[in-house]
Amino acid sequence: MQRVFKSLAEAPLTAKFGVTVVLVYTAVALLAPVLAPYGETEIVGDSYEVWGGTYVLGTDNLGRDMLTRLIYGARNTIGIAFLTTTLCFLLGSVTGFLAATVGGWVDQVLSRVVDVLMSIPSLIFALVLLTIFGLSIINMVLVIAVLDATRVYRLSRAVAQGIVVMDYVEAARLRGEGLWWIMRREVLPNAMPPLVAEFGLRFVFVFLFISALSFLGLGIQPPTADWGSMVRDNATLITYGDITPLLPAAAIALLTVGVNFVVDWFLHKTSGLRDEH
Amino acid sequence: MSTSNNGGGDSQFGDLLVEMRGLRIEGQADEQWHEIVHGIDLKLHRGEVLGLIGESGAGKSTIGLAAMGFARPGCRITGGEIIFDGIDLTTTDEDTKRKLRGARISYVAQSAAAAFNPAHKLIDQYSEAPVQHGILSNAEAERDAKDLYARLQLPDPDTIGYRYPHQVSGGQLQRAMTAMAMACKPDLIVFDEPTTALDVTTQIEVLAAIRDVVRQFNTAAIYITHDLAVVAQMADRIMVLRHGNLVEEGNTREMVANPQEQYTSELLAVRSFQKDHPVEVPGQRPLLEVEGVTASYGGGVKVLEDVGIEIRRGHTVAVVGESGSGKSTLARVITGLLPPMQGVIKFDGVEVPGALPQRSRDQLRRLQMIYQMPDTAMNPKQRIRDIIGRPLEFYLGKTGAEKEERIRELLNLIEMDPDTYIDRIPGELSGGQKQRICIARALAAEPDLIICDEVTSALDQLVAEEILKLLQRLQNELHVSYMFITHDLATVRAIADDVVVMLQGRVVEAGEKNVVMSPPHHEYTELLLSSVPEMDPDWLDRLLAARGAAS
Repeated sequence: MQRVFKSLAEAPLTAKFGVTVVLVYTAVALLAPVLAPYGETEIVGDSYEVWGGTYVLGTDNLGRDMLTRLIYGARNTIGIAFLTTTLCFLLGSVTGFLAATVGGWVDQVLSRVVDVLMSIPSLIFALVLLTIFGLSIINMVLVIAVLDATRVYRLSRAVAQGIVVMDYVEAARLRGEGLWWIMRREVLPNAMPPLVAEFGLRFVFVFLFISALSFLGLGIQPPTADWGSMVRDNATLITYGDITPLLPAAAIALLTVGVNFVVDWFLHKTSGLRDEH
Repeated sequence: MSTSNNGGGDSQFGDLLVEMRGLRIEGQADEQWHEIVHGIDLKLHRGEVLGLIGESGAGKSTIGLAAMGFARPGCRITGGEIIFDGIDLTTTDEDTKRKLRGARISYVAQSAAAAFNPAHKLIDQYSEAPVQHGILSNAEAERDAKDLYARLQLPDPDTIGYRYPHQVSGGQLQRAMTAMAMACKPDLIVFDEPTTALDVTTQIEVLAAIRDVVRQFNTAAIYITHDLAVVAQMADRIMVLRHGNLVEEGNTREMVANPQEQYTSELLAVRSFQKDHPVEVPGQRPLLEVEGVTASYGGGVKVLEDVGIEIRRGHTVAVVGESGSGKSTLARVITGLLPPMQGVIKFDGVEVPGALPQRSRDQLRRLQMIYQMPDTAMNPKQRIRDIIGRPLEFYLGKTGAEKEERIRELLNLIEMDPDTYIDRIPGELSGGQKQRICIARALAAEPDLIICDEVTSALDQLVAEEILKLLQRLQNELHVSYMFITHDLATVRAIADDVVVMLQGRVVEAGEKNVVMSPPHHEYTELLLSSVPEMDPDWLDRLLAARGAAS
């Protein structure tokens, strides 16, 4: 732990900023019920009330407090995005490592399936799948996880292919180690840096994807607060020169920037470590 | 330049071409700068060949590149002067340096295969520098290239330039690279280990070609290598370097005949190690028998044809041959990585399955392997404790305190202090230490046979010798057998009991070392044996004369 703090203290300003942003968002997401002045779906006043006064950021189209919705939105959107990204990585990296380690027809079958999935534009594909399976948070999480896992598959397969040709993997095979052990103990630790970096970026993409779906009305369903649908619900205000609908968009943008700063820092650190050898 | 001459003074060569005074270079590691070259003085006259020799980390490549006014990424020149023909390269601007490089100073890298751009024909890459520098037109450059290819004794000099780098052999590529360096008739060429990656038989051709062409054009050269025997053939004067300091400098003949420093003597005495007679374990059948093995990759060209070898208990069998002779493939067949198309592998009299997954854990345990590159043979993310501990756990079921104790025993056995090293990762060890850990990992399985695949060729000579001695001591103590795959006949002389010579996938000669290594030889064995460089500076001349007379 001390080492983490020490390296953070030496980190560039951008990384510190990114870490702060991520920590603040996490805290807000976790403490939403405590921080929010009102209930998530509570109608507290007239619709579209202005900033200041009782409602710091005004109210939305149904008269719910904007600040409260923003805070709960952090919790819902970030939580779901995190869950989706984790699933996506589990699926993508296990299949990717498998394809690289076993090779042969396993690799062929997996790779061709992934090619097919990737050849269809993902937003349209997601819309189709959600229409077929029905709109629910579970379905959305699964659909996005599977679609995004194709990218993770490609990355982890490529990274693992560079690792499985190393002598230490051959040594493990000669020792008689099983497939799972080789993937977990020999391949995974050495594939970590690019995968972690990808995790950060993928998280952002998943986040944007969910917001996009919500904006189209196919993502997180009302009355659950979520940044994507908040932009849509209050979009009309833009015409009157009111920037309220941009707040959730700004929240998304800020998190995106923060996460990317952290990822950049991590990449820099891990590639710096590699120079020593 | 001439190696048959004792002079070496200013009189014999032209004016001073390069002079370095108090050169200091720093390298970056761990985000900190450390000095890696500590104030070197160097003088090079026109037409003179200077050998830089030392182990890895001695700073020889760094100094060689500094002669071009260049520091590798992560390095910087912090002090001193580098004067090339009156121009101080440490202070002059990039533009001036760029005009010098390629035109008046050029560079030949260790691995020609990695240094050539695979997407362009050889001759186009040759022409690039002279045309860019405006020295020659494209047509003139191509004409020159063909002339140089002929002088460097490349086959089909008129057409070979129109091939791509992957279409010619390693030795030919290295000569094409030398031709490229000569393209602008530079005043100075820096050769950075140009023959290290080549087979001994190919090395001779390249050495002879480089020497002739450098002589013909009276080019000055800095020849960097870790092999004193090679540099003795090439250089007029030698500088021995260690840890960025000069150890000794002198005329080649004088230094080889009469070294002043102990370190130089050690370098000269390298390869003098000889094993004692093998411990006879009487009345037992051979440990490993390979009979009539034929193998190929993917059913194509047969890489091994009807190969048979035998390894006795407690003995060391050296399998020698140049690259492509099938010796590594033979190891892959024995380990089960490549199931043979035909033939039988018997271990201790019992036939073992050809394919790895069908072998029992005990069969796997009794056969271990040590690799050429200790860097890639160990998982960089695992600690020494886990690297050595895993076979103990996997094969012998040792856990907890018992495992810990055995790891410490093994570390003591390979002469490394357990308390210091047990929690390190491979990146925190030197090359020789890494190879020791690989040996310990193999020993942890308590094997009967260890396959050593070129285990010393990635190491500095003195370190390699230590590893050979260690392996020999372990054999004396543990009666383990070794199969030594190598292209280095000095290693064979040092450690083998029996020798198997391979050529193009077949065994051409096999038997006890003394029989194989003494006349009458098989023709190919003769070629291999005579190609091993000797410390004598006249060795190459004599060899070429002898071969010239024979043919």
